[in-house]
Amino acid sequence: MDGKVSMTGKAELGSQRPRESTEIELLHRAKNGDFHAFQSLISGLQPRVYGLAFRILHQSQDAEDVTQQTFMSLIEHLASFREESSVATWALKIATNHALKILRKRRTVTMVSMTDMTGEDNYSDVPHPEFIAPWSQTAEVIVARSEFRAELDEALRELDDKYRLVFVLRDIEELSVRETAEALDLTESTVKVRLLRARLALRERLTKKFGDAMQVMIPDHNHS
Amino acid sequence: MTCEELLKALNDYVDGAELAEICEEFAQHLAGCNPCQVVVDNIRQTITLYRDGYPYEMPKRFEERLTQSLQSRWEEKFGTSTEYRFRPE
Repeated sequence: MDGKVSMTGKAELGSQRPRESTEIELLHRAKNGDFHAFQSLISGLQPRVYGLAFRILHQSQDAEDVTQQTFMSLIEHLASFREESSVATWALKIATNHALKILRKRRTVTMVSMTDMTGEDNYSDVPHPEFIAPWSQTAEVIVARSEFRAELDEALRELDDKYRLVFVLRDIEELSVRETAEALDLTESTVKVRLLRARLALRERLTKKFGDAMQVMIPDHNHS
Repeated sequence: MTCEELLKALNDYVDGAELAEICEEFAQHLAGCNPCQVVVDNIRQTITLYRDGYPYEMPKRFEERLTQSLQSRWEEKFGTSTEYRFRPE
């Protein structure tokens, strides 16, 4: 894995939080040609966009390309940005678009955001949880150990692209269902189904790793 | 609510959607179904791990290169910061 990790950086940047007056001031100064205001506006966003791209593409050079393209796009379209969302949401949507282009180049046949052709975008046949056990490690312990972080990356990498994209945007970057749907050109109901499948798949994989083997439970799907 | 129905409503419950009816039925089911309780806990832990655990840092050399590229493009497009003034159309 090429990306380094830290425990800092994202908490204040959630797209769902109210926009602060400082962001609006910086935005207006940037629109008036102040590069330093633009830098201040995007400084916390850069690692976030890089992380988004890295998690989608799993390749540091591609993540760098997407990051650079995203902030170049922000410069190009700054004057016409209508401020209907936070700058973070705007940047994450642009980054997703650039990342999708790379995914599509990699997969000339399968279009990532096209209408589902496999019949998996509905709730019938959603896989039931099979390995059920409380985890023996806390989240703090898991993220503090590099070998566990590698496990998390591997689990995310093994998800199908269409599920990983939704999970990264909705659960990691905290875009709303509507914003995730807009970024991926999907319906909100498709986002919800894919998110459920992503969460269940990651849960299954991580519970096999972190679940307490002494407390494994037998699922009983038949009771009411 | 059955385990099957719980699975379909799981996103709304985990995301805290204010659907009183779902929440009540969900809570009733969880009270009598230990495996489903554990699955819900597992999913919440899964989301927490990825959401709060470990953002990526950009490589330092790339960060420097990016700043230079953005500044160059900014000056190409807008001139220096004192020359450009955006005027809405």
